[in-house]
Amino acid sequence: MTQKKNEVFNEVTSGDYKYGFVTDIETEFSPKGISEEVVRYISAKKEEPEWLLEFRLKALAKWQTMTMPNWAHLDIPPIDFNDLYYYAAPKKKKLASMDEVDPELIDTFNRLGISLNEQKKLSGVAVDAVIDSVSVKTTFSDSLAELGIVFMSFSEAVKKHPELVRRFVGQAVPSGDNFFSTLNDAVFSDGSFCYIPKGVRCPMDLSTYFRINAEGSGQFERTLIVADEGSYVSYLEGCTAPQRDENQLHAAVVEIILMKDAEVKYSTVQNWYPGNKEGRGGIFNFVTKRGLCRGDHSKLSWTQVETGSAITWKYPGCVLGGDNSVGEFYSVAVTNNYQQADTGSKMIHLGKNTKSTIISKGISAGKSQNSYRGLVRIAPRATGSRNFSQCDSLLLSDTCGAHTFPYIDTANSSSVVEHEATTSKISEEQLFYCQQRGISSETAVGLIVNGYAGAVLKKLPLEFAAEAQKLLNVSLEGSVG
Amino acid sequence: MLLEIKDLCAGINGKEILKGVNLQINKGEVHAIMGPNGTGKSTLASIIAGRPGYDITRGDILLNGKSLLGMPPEQRAQEGIFLGFQYPVEIPGVSMASFLRAAINETRRYRGQLPLGAVAFARQMKEKEEMVEIKAKMKNRSVNEGFSGGEKKKNEIFQLAMLEPKVAILDETDSGLDIDALRIVAGGVNKCKTEENATVVITHYQRLLEYIVPNYVHILYGGRVVKTGGRELSLELEEKGYDWIKAQVEGEE
Repeated sequence: MTQKKNEVFNEVTSGDYKYGFVTDIETEFSPKGISEEVVRYISAKKEEPEWLLEFRLKALAKWQTMTMPNWAHLDIPPIDFNDLYYYAAPKKKKLASMDEVDPELIDTFNRLGISLNEQKKLSGVAVDAVIDSVSVKTTFSDSLAELGIVFMSFSEAVKKHPELVRRFVGQAVPSGDNFFSTLNDAVFSDGSFCYIPKGVRCPMDLSTYFRINAEGSGQFERTLIVADEGSYVSYLEGCTAPQRDENQLHAAVVEIILMKDAEVKYSTVQNWYPGNKEGRGGIFNFVTKRGLCRGDHSKLSWTQVETGSAITWKYPGCVLGGDNSVGEFYSVAVTNNYQQADTGSKMIHLGKNTKSTIISKGISAGKSQNSYRGLVRIAPRATGSRNFSQCDSLLLSDTCGAHTFPYIDTANSSSVVEHEATTSKISEEQLFYCQQRGISSETAVGLIVNGYAGAVLKKLPLEFAAEAQKLLNVSLEGSVG
Repeated sequence: MLLEIKDLCAGINGKEILKGVNLQINKGEVHAIMGPNGTGKSTLASIIAGRPGYDITRGDILLNGKSLLGMPPEQRAQEGIFLGFQYPVEIPGVSMASFLRAAINETRRYRGQLPLGAVAFARQMKEKEEMVEIKAKMKNRSVNEGFSGGEKKKNEIFQLAMLEPKVAILDETDSGLDIDALRIVAGGVNKCKTEENATVVITHYQRLLEYIVPNYVHILYGGRVVKTGGRELSLELEEKGYDWIKAQVEGEE
């Protein structure tokens, strides 16, 4: 009976990666490996000011003294940091106007379902499209600028709004924070920059779409979002990469700064190439995401649907500095085949009456390992604070693993911290019940998994939720709807 | 003949439970299967529906002359077998609407029909809720999650109404129901009856049969149908219990 069930799960968990194509485009690389020379090369390519070069060089020096963290429940093969390109950019073809984008790149993003054509605006989402180390196009920049919103690539922001970038970069993720963020500090290429002025509610969702294309390269993007007093923005992030036998490194940093009464929703659907069924290839995803709720009554929500990457190491966190500030983390992490994920959240309560919620849903299939790791720290002066954490694991095979590592550190007696955890399997009874109603086992697993993840999927913006739901099904079963 | 069970022998983990069951069910009929505990009533229902884990050692089950034995459970359902569960399971986070829509549309696809659109589906949900008098606002609730025992049974009947099977097998649908809920459930089953379908009611007690009146009553004992009669057989059982059946069977052996 159990064997039969495993067959069903094997069948339904063997979906194929749909974004594995490569765009054949001429690419310009930095010299291979990491050195002061490479950092200077990147900085020069981007025509950066002196202070930013200094920032990079300082980070490089620090990084060279650091060692890779090994505390995660991950089996990471040795990474030769000198055997990859830290900068790869599609070569600019001669085009009629400066603003024109290479049709090949437009086509690439079209194939990924991302339209760079503002006329074809689908659901009112502005996109910053990043391929390898550069941003190729940011849509709706001009119409957003009328509201005082700055939405452009990080490189462009360094040129046009150096004072803003300089003031906020490194505030949420300080220079030298950890091994991977420090590497990013040194070699980061492009990403998005966004500033929402006082009292402005951003009228459309902003998004960044990250695509790795070049072989032998890594992507080190950096995103910085600043929400000024009383402002609001919903931000989406998506990512894919070609199917390759080699592992590719992705070490991003996302920083979000929130002033008084500001609210930011940051949603990610991470679908980097996960490697093949034997565990070959796939992206190594080492990401540092942190928000700083600086102002009182500010609120930051992280929602993530993680289905891709061979290895995921990621702990989006909130530093709740302002009194009554709120941090939320909603996550669905799916691992299949030989994927490994060690992901969760950090909630650091510094202000009074701060509140945080963590809902984590892990789904493991195949021979994968899926860990939740979370830190809830309540500082002595963060009186009257609350945290609620719920970590659920769903196992779809008897060869996968689910693990939960909660760290709780409370330094005052007026705060309340709650932690709940469950582990479950799809029962044969549930499967049979669905089948008895005429639902194939494949669809049944899809329904049950989506039901399980529903509490998180509900937090995603509508069109993104549909996308995520589809993605869940694809990652787990190929055709389930 | 709609459903025919021929000399069915089956067991689980090497233990034989059904030892040559024969049943013939025609369109428009209601059959009751009664018998003491542990005589294979639920096993029979499970095997017809294709629950994994049983070994069929002999015999056949035919629906409209087509053998069900090689079919996976979903295909049997799509062919028109419905099982009302004794213990319906909970599926957290999956709304009744999305569950039933998947069920109906996969069945329609199997039958070569186009999927039911959202509006038509919503209309059908509403109609059937009214028909079986289940005012539970099922649509947005998760499948059986947090339902009371009675609500779960009513939900089974609601699904029966939605799916319109050829043969409905109700496995102890009356267990755990109070008299009011029993009346509603039985009323729902009666409304689902047509000249084209058949109902098989598995029960311990004749009480349910006051509401769902059977054409035939079969007594399953020791893995076989040992007696078949009309409505009056269930009354006789109510009066005399099962001991005389046991005595009769053992006397024959």
